[in-house]
Amino acid sequence: MKSLAELQAIKEKMKDKVVLREGSNEIRVVVGMATCGIAAGARPVLNAFVEGVNNNGLSEKVSVSQTGCIGICQYEPIVEIFEAGKEKVTYVKVDAEKADRIVKEHLKGGKVVAEYTLASVNA
Amino acid sequence: MIRAHVLICGGTGCTSSGSLDIQKAFAQNIENCGLSDEVKIVQTGCFGLCALGPVVIVYPDGTFYSRVTPDDVKEIVEEHLLKGRIVDRLVYTDVSEDTVIAEGATIALNDTTFYKSQNRVVLRNCGVIDPESIDEYIAMDGYAALGKVLTEMTPEDVIKVVTDSGLRGRGGGGFSTGRKWALTAPNKADQKYVVCNADEGDPGAFMDRSVLEGDPHCLIEAMAIAGYAIGATKGYVYVRAEYPIAVRRLQKAIDDAREYGLLGKDIFGSGFDFDLFIRLGAGAFVCGEETALMTSIEGNRGEPRPRPPYPAVKGLYGKPTVENNVETFANIPQIILRGADWFASMGTATSKGTKVFALGGNIENTGLVEIPMGTTLRHIIEDIGGGIPNGKKFKAAQTGGPSGGCIPASLIDTEVDYDNLVAIGCMMGSGGLIVMDEDSCMVDMAKFFLEFTVDESCGKCTPCRIGTKRLLELLDDITKGKGTLEDIDRLEELCHYIKQNSLCGLGQTAPNPVLATLNFFRDEYVAHVVDKKCPAGVCKDLLTFTVDKEKCIGCGMCARNCPVNAIVKTDYIAPGHKLPSYEIDAEKCVKCGVCMGNCKFKAIEKI
Repeated sequence: MKSLAELQAIKEKMKDKVVLREGSNEIRVVVGMATCGIAAGARPVLNAFVEGVNNNGLSEKVSVSQTGCIGICQYEPIVEIFEAGKEKVTYVKVDAEKADRIVKEHLKGGKVVAEYTLASVNA
Repeated sequence: MIRAHVLICGGTGCTSSGSLDIQKAFAQNIENCGLSDEVKIVQTGCFGLCALGPVVIVYPDGTFYSRVTPDDVKEIVEEHLLKGRIVDRLVYTDVSEDTVIAEGATIALNDTTFYKSQNRVVLRNCGVIDPESIDEYIAMDGYAALGKVLTEMTPEDVIKVVTDSGLRGRGGGGFSTGRKWALTAPNKADQKYVVCNADEGDPGAFMDRSVLEGDPHCLIEAMAIAGYAIGATKGYVYVRAEYPIAVRRLQKAIDDAREYGLLGKDIFGSGFDFDLFIRLGAGAFVCGEETALMTSIEGNRGEPRPRPPYPAVKGLYGKPTVENNVETFANIPQIILRGADWFASMGTATSKGTKVFALGGNIENTGLVEIPMGTTLRHIIEDIGGGIPNGKKFKAAQTGGPSGGCIPASLIDTEVDYDNLVAIGCMMGSGGLIVMDEDSCMVDMAKFFLEFTVDESCGKCTPCRIGTKRLLELLDDITKGKGTLEDIDRLEELCHYIKQNSLCGLGQTAPNPVLATLNFFRDEYVAHVVDKKCPAGVCKDLLTFTVDKEKCIGCGMCARNCPVNAIVKTDYIAPGHKLPSYEIDAEKCVKCGVCMGNCKFKAIEKI
């Protein structure tokens, strides 16, 4: 180790790999992964969120985890987004492409993708 | 892409309760479910809640599973990792009433009562990173303090920050760390040394082991910083061979640091050289004393030598040496990065920062806790420690192991720091905290520690070698009912004599458990010598087992189980009972207590 820059480079490279354990994320993305969710294709959605969050440099702010059956199986795959101080947003019938847009517009841009939410599908 | 981390405790406690098998089971099950690319297994250091081990934490949720068995692993993988359904029956849920869990979130580690009031500085990486990965340490700001010191600060700056922080030695003495460094720095020599005392010898204390096992790079970084501050280029870690996991991880950490050039020549291109070596101790308690430790590193029999000269002038191999304990060193990188003011903002007027305590004895949450100095004993025992098991009453806490004293229940609101403990005749010691309930006999406790010091006295000076032996004999007589009131006075006098005349800390502090118990529990000593009774019912020679004939239904369970046939049938039949009752022949009884455990009618009494 001959310089601080070298140390910094290792730190940058590793940061994404340990940030998962800090658990102090502002935004939590929860994917419904019960049998109904998995059958409807929740696994690629989960992976799309994990990759999207990482690729957009959001891993310090956003955590992605799973939950069991949310109870409205006809709308799976379902993704819920929790943010402190805001109302929960529920996206339904999500696929990998929708996931990508949610990451960019909602998680990064802070704007809810209204057309994918439960409210708009129901309306 | 990794989306979840499974952290499995690989500290000594959890390893003993089977965490390695659990790790294997996780690897197998994760592969079976095709999740190898999504879930990473990390073996970490100690989480602290050893009583509930083996401990497993799943991130990003932070779900805290306790007492996991290999049979539970399949369920955790298939339910939690695959389907996202948390296995509730294994989640540790001890949270206080005012804790708010965010909507849709699970109870995480930091929400539990045990962790909530802790402030982890020394243990910040324990249970968070993989101790065998230097990269993970670097990700957590590792070696940034060393980088800062070598590129931006002079040795004088470093000593000033450490002095201003108010950090005091965590090994027992409580001497100012900055001052110790400042005393060593100006001494000119062709070679100076930094020595780490990892010879953790107090029975029940294991905070140093946990740092070595959970965050070994932190020690390496701190020792290099100390080396820069005092002008030393070589360091030794003296660690006991009884800590095999700690030794292995520390050696790997040293090897990795050398490979990265964080130990060796010209670190960070600053021209500063520093290298580090492990020396194994054979487990002698006296080698935790600084001069004995250095004598042992030199290859000689571990015996202390008189001070002065102090190690700052003439230490290891006769050269100026700084010696600090593991926990003291573990504070250094954070002090450098976050500043003296940050550190000094924690704790009390004269004791800054946090202290790690190893909770043991009659307490629910056996384990390691790190709390700010000045936390009350009540908070440590009742809240963080989860109280005394089986609804028993708190009687006393022993701090500082065989060199310390006890804090009685009447002083439970004492704010624990160096000076408050000294003021009540105790000492901080290395942080062992043994909790005793109402069934503990204080004379027996003092005797236990004296047995330890008699065993561990190195024999070099007479007050310690002979004096502690005589103390133990007096205590032994008292617990056997052979003591007199004069013996108590002689005991006290001998304690003061040993304290004043012993060569090193071992002898000077060996009488402390006796003096402290005499101070707070003199009535128990008196009960042993005058009434020939042990109030707590511990000292066997002073107990008599008898049968309450009115309660005895004559079932004969006690007589059948008595190993010495001391229980016989009588002619007496109590009113309302059909069979004659039994009685115990005091001559034959060996007071093993088997009859008491076997009697379902509570008819056997111990008086």
